[in-house]
Amino acid sequence: MPIVEVNGVDKVYQQGDIEIHALKDIHLSIAPGSFAAIAGPSGSGKTTLLNMIGGLDLPDHGDVIVDGCHFSEMNQSQLAELRLNRIGFVFQSYNLIPVLSAVENVEYVMLLQGVEKVERRERAMAMLDEVGLSEKYHNRPSELSGGQQQRVAVARAIVSNPAIVLADEPTANLDSKTGEGLLKIMAAMNEKRNVTFIFSTHDKMVMDYAHRLVLLRDGMIADDEFK
Amino acid sequence: MITPKISPKISPKISMDMKMAWRNVWRNPRRTWLTISAICFACMVLIFMLSFQFGSYETMINSSVKINTGHLQIQAKGYFDKKSMRRVIENPDQIKEVISGIDHVEAFTVRANTFSLVSSKYRTYGAMVVGIDPVHEAAVSTLKQLTRVGEFLPNTQEYGGADMVLIGSLLARNLKVGVGDELTILGQGKDGSVAAAILTVCGIYESGIDEFDRNTLHIPIKTFQSIYSMGDAVHEIIINVISLRDVSMVKAQIINSLKNIPQGEALVVMDWDELVPGLTQAIRIDLTMGIIFWFLLVVVVAFSILNTFLMAIFERTREFGVMMAIGTTPKRLVKLLLYESNFMTIVGVGLGIIIGCGITMVFQIYGIDMSGSSEILKQYGMSGRIYPRLSIITAFAGPVLVWLVTVGVALYPAMRIKGLRPIEAMTHI
Repeated sequence: MPIVEVNGVDKVYQQGDIEIHALKDIHLSIAPGSFAAIAGPSGSGKTTLLNMIGGLDLPDHGDVIVDGCHFSEMNQSQLAELRLNRIGFVFQSYNLIPVLSAVENVEYVMLLQGVEKVERRERAMAMLDEVGLSEKYHNRPSELSGGQQQRVAVARAIVSNPAIVLADEPTANLDSKTGEGLLKIMAAMNEKRNVTFIFSTHDKMVMDYAHRLVLLRDGMIADDEFK
Repeated sequence: MITPKISPKISPKISMDMKMAWRNVWRNPRRTWLTISAICFACMVLIFMLSFQFGSYETMINSSVKINTGHLQIQAKGYFDKKSMRRVIENPDQIKEVISGIDHVEAFTVRANTFSLVSSKYRTYGAMVVGIDPVHEAAVSTLKQLTRVGEFLPNTQEYGGADMVLIGSLLARNLKVGVGDELTILGQGKDGSVAAAILTVCGIYESGIDEFDRNTLHIPIKTFQSIYSMGDAVHEIIINVISLRDVSMVKAQIINSLKNIPQGEALVVMDWDELVPGLTQAIRIDLTMGIIFWFLLVVVVAFSILNTFLMAIFERTREFGVMMAIGTTPKRLVKLLLYESNFMTIVGVGLGIIIGCGITMVFQIYGIDMSGSSEILKQYGMSGRIYPRLSIITAFAGPVLVWLVTVGVALYPAMRIKGLRPIEAMTHI
C-alpha cells in the first residue's frame, strides 16, 4: 500500500486576471521507504506538489492520501495534527526557530506531540548526535553554518518519527560538499529508519541520490523514472 | 574538541513556550525597550498623579476643615439649613462626655454663631460673630496659627480677657481697626432681647479665604453666651478625628451614642462632606479631569503596544507559517504572543511601579511647594506645601489599568494569527 497517493490533483492560482495552472491532473503513488525526488525547472509545480502532499495547501480538484488519510475529508486542525505526527519538513532556507538552540529546535516538535520533558531532551540529543552535531546542542541557529542548520532541520524532521519527510530544495543554499554530506545523512536515515523521503529539487546531485525521479513540466508529470 | 554530554534535565518550572516568548521579547531590544519605557512612563505618571491628587485632596480637606468646619459637627436638627439662633445644643457638657469616650477622636470644641452689626469708630458692618472656647479651639482649628497680628483669644478662666475679640484681616481693614481698638456689637439674643457689647481687638487673623477673613470675628464662648442670653447652650460641637479615613467610623459611633441620651433625638451629626459641599464638588471636578488625562495617557501607550505587536507579527509571519507547518496550532501561537505581551508589560509595569513609587516617596517626604498657588487653591487653604500620598490604591490602580489595557490591545494582533494559513504565511514577504 503506498504511503502517498496523489489522485487527479489540479491546482490553479489566480494572479490578477491571469489563471496559472500550477498542477494539472497529477497522479502519483509513492511506496513506503522511498527516496524520491520531484524535479523540474522553476515554475514547473514542484513546490506546489510538495505542499499538497504536506497538507499545507489543498488541491482544487482531486485528492491526496498520506498514510491512509484523505486530505479532502480533513479540516485544517486535522491536517495540522497529521503534519505534526506523520510528516516531517525540511525547507530550503532551514527555517529553524531563531530564539531556540539546536537541541530546543529539535525538541520543539516533540513538545507539540506532548512527549515528556526528559525523554524529549534525550531523543533530541541523540538525534543531533546522529546528524553529527553533538558539539552544537546549545548553539542558536545564528551561531551555526548553513549546513549545520540544515542538519538540525533534518533532525527536527526525523525526531518525531514521521511516515514521510518532505524536503523542499534542501541543498539549494548549500555548497556541493555540504549538500552531499546532508544527502548522505538523509540517505542513511532512509535506510536505517525506513522513512520515506520526498525531495523537490533541481540539484543534479539530489537527483542522482534519489531512487525514483519524477520530472514535472508545466504542472504535469513529464517522466517518472525508477532507478 | 568534544564537549561533555549535557544532562537532559531542564528547568521543570519554565515551559518552553515561556522561554521562547521571553527570548522573542528581546529579539529587537531597542523596540522592546522603547515599548517598555512607554509602559513604565505611563505607570510612573499615573502613580505620581494619583498620589499627588489624593495628597492634595487630603490637604484641601484638612486645610479647609481645620480652618472652619472640623471633620464632624454635631448640631441641632435644621440648624445647618437655617442658622436660627434658637436651634441650639442645650446641654453640650453631656455630649462632650459622650465624645470623650470615642476612639480616634483627636480633639473637639464648641462654637456658637450669630449675625450681628459690628461698629468701629468709623464704620459699621454686618458680620458673623463666633463664640469659641479659646483653649479647645486651638486644638481643633488653625485659627491660633492664623493670628498674624496681636494675640489669640486668652484663656478667660485663667487670665480674664472676656471682652476680647479676634477679627479677620479684611474685616479689620474695612472697619479701620487694629489691635487695642474697640468694637461695638449689636444683635439679638436667643430670648429676643437686644444683645450689645463693647469689645477690644486682641488679634487679627488671615486665613487666605477672603470670605472668612471679611465676615467673621471670634469672641470667647462664655462672653458669647452672656451677650446673646444663651445660657450654657451652643450651636455646634466641632470634632476632629485622627485620620480622614476615621471620619465615617467615628460618625457612626457618635450617632449610636447620641441615641442613648435624652437630647440625642434633636441632634444631627454631619461630616465635612456635608458641611462643605463645594469642596467635594471641586475634588470631583479635579478627579474627572484627572481621569480624562489618565485615559489619554493609557490610549497613547495602548497604541504603542499595538504598533509593536503588529510590527512583530508582520516581521514574523513567515516564521509563524513554518511553526504552523511543523504542527504548531494557531491557539498555541496566540498563547505565545500573549506571553510576549505580558512579559513586556510586566517588565514595564514593574519598573514603572518601582520608579514611580520611589519618586512619589521623595515628594511625599519633602512635599511640593505650592506657595505660588492660584486663588482657587487658596480658597481651600492650600497655601503651603502639598505632600503626595502614596497608598496601595495609588501605587497599583494606574499600573493595573495599564496592564489590562496593554494586554487587551495585544489580543487584537494575536487573534489575527488565528486566521493565518501556513502556506500563505510561509510565502509572506
